[in-house]
Parts: sequence; structure tokens; C-alpha cells
Amino acid sequence: MKITSIDDLKRIKEEAQKNTMLREGTADVKIVVCMGTCGIAAGARQVMSSILDEISKRNLKNVIVTQAGCIGLCDREPLISVEKSGEKVLYGDLSPDKARQIISSHVVNGQIIGEWVVHTER
Amino acid sequence: MMKELALHILDIMENSIRAKASKISVSLVEDSQSNQFILTIQDNGKGMDQEVLARVKDPFFTEQNKKVGMGIPLLEQLTSLCGGELTIDSQPGKGTSIRATFQRNHIDLPPLGNLPETLMVVYASHPEIEIEYEHVKDNCRWSFNTKKMSQELGLQGPQDILPVLQSIKEWIQYQENQIQEGV
Repeated sequence: MKITSIDDLKRIKEEAQKNTMLREGTADVKIVVCMGTCGIAAGARQVMSSILDEISKRNLKNVIVTQAGCIGLCDREPLISVEKSGEKVLYGDLSPDKARQIISSHVVNGQIIGEWVVHTER
Repeated sequence: MMKELALHILDIMENSIRAKASKISVSLVEDSQSNQFILTIQDNGKGMDQEVLARVKDPFFTEQNKKVGMGIPLLEQLTSLCGGELTIDSQPGKGTSIRATFQRNHIDLPPLGNLPETLMVVYASHPEIEIEYEHVKDNCRWSFNTKKMSQELGLQGPQDILPVLQSIKEWIQYQENQIQEGV
């Protein structure tokens, strides 16, 4: 369906609400996307967009997605950090596709993807 | 250099977020007759004093804990490459306004790019910030405001926003296509 007006959006919102009430989430996760100039130039916007899309598709509750500035590792951008169960994992050299895999593997199933980890903090 | 104007817009909006703005206005004005393209980004953040303002176009100046600040210098470089200029007005406690002008048909002017994604990335991660967007092309104009949209759609937080985010992007893209076609 082509979305051409606010009324179309209202209908979609009502539909979405019906569906989301059926499921409940469990995770308590914070995802931070580095959005400095370096991150943006390297593709952080597309990475963040894919993360938001994946969270919405999987209907994950209690996952917060936010942004940070440059953290000084510009050559490893796009970077995201995933904070879950007291552990903070920084992933680097990402793409939208890798970010989706992090959602399914780390956020949903608790399996850290070691190959892409830059740094871990406990 | 960024591949899309929308990426520069996102970069400047990130500055506004860090300046604790509660409202960011983005305006694009295209005029075929005068061959001008004007991008204005205005916020009500903490603003800058004269000292900071004087140095903000220097790539080796930043207020964050790092060595370089490339956002504004890159945009300024693009404006001068495209026969335009970058002007910044700022007042401490009141906010900042950045105005970038370009020759509309300049070969080095990058495409606007994925504007819906730029706006929605900021909206989804900072729903509390009001984003006002306006695009004027000759006699056509369209605009929207995230605060009004959230009220109309009953979106209260990220949990409400995420399921409709993709649809909002499609709606923005539809409006952008309309204005490009001159409807």
C-alpha cells in the first residue's frame, strides 16, 4: 500500500498496536550507535536504521537504541556498543547486515560475535 | 566528503542534539530562477559564544574530548566548492542557526540522498526532540513536525514509534517525490 497521508499512517499505527499487544519481550539491552562525523561518513546512519528495523520486526521490548559522538576509533567505524547483563561489547567495522546479525545473535540469543568485537567491558 | 546532503544534515543535527536542543528546524529552499539551494538548520540548544564561534570552522577545533571536529568544516568546504557559503549565527543560551547555500545545478552538489532515514534516525532515538522540516521548491512546499505528528498518531515513546517508523519514512519519501515532480 502506498502511504500518502497522515490518515494512512494512523491506520498503520492502529494495526501495529493490535499486533504488538500479543507478544512480550524479555531482554534488557542498550545499544549505542556512534554518530560522530566519522561514523556518519562510514555508514552509521544505515547501520542504525537497520537496527531499528530489526528491533521493530522482531518486536523486541526493552531494547533502547541511542546515539553517541565520536569515541576516537574513527578507523573502526561504524561502531556500536551493546550493553546486556552488565557487559558492554563494542563492535566495529559494521555494515547494516552485520548489525542485523548482532541483533539476532547477541541481543536475542546472547551469543557474542567475537570476530567483530573491538573491546569488551565488564 | 559525504555522499549525500542528508548525511551532512544528520551530522549538523547531531551537533544540535549534543547542544541539548529541544527543537531542531531543518529547511530546504530550492529556487530554479536564481539557481540557489539553501539549507538552514536551526536549534534552540546552548549556543556558542563569540570565541567558540570564531573557531568553529577550524577542523582542529572541537568541544568534545577528541582532536578534530570535521562536521562544520566539511559542510563549509562543500558550500565553497558549489559556489555558495556557510554562515553561522549563534547566541549563548538561545541556540544556533547554520545556513549553507549552494548553486543548485552545480556538478559537485551531491544528491539530497536518503532524507527520510536521516530524519527518522534522529526521531527514533530522540523522540523528545521536536523536529520541524520544510522543503520549498519554487512554488511547491511541504512540511511536517514530529511533535504534531506524534500527537496526531498517538505515539508516546520508542515502543509506539518503532512499529510505524518504516511507514513514516515511506510517507516522507512520497512527499519528497511529489515535490521533486513539482506537484
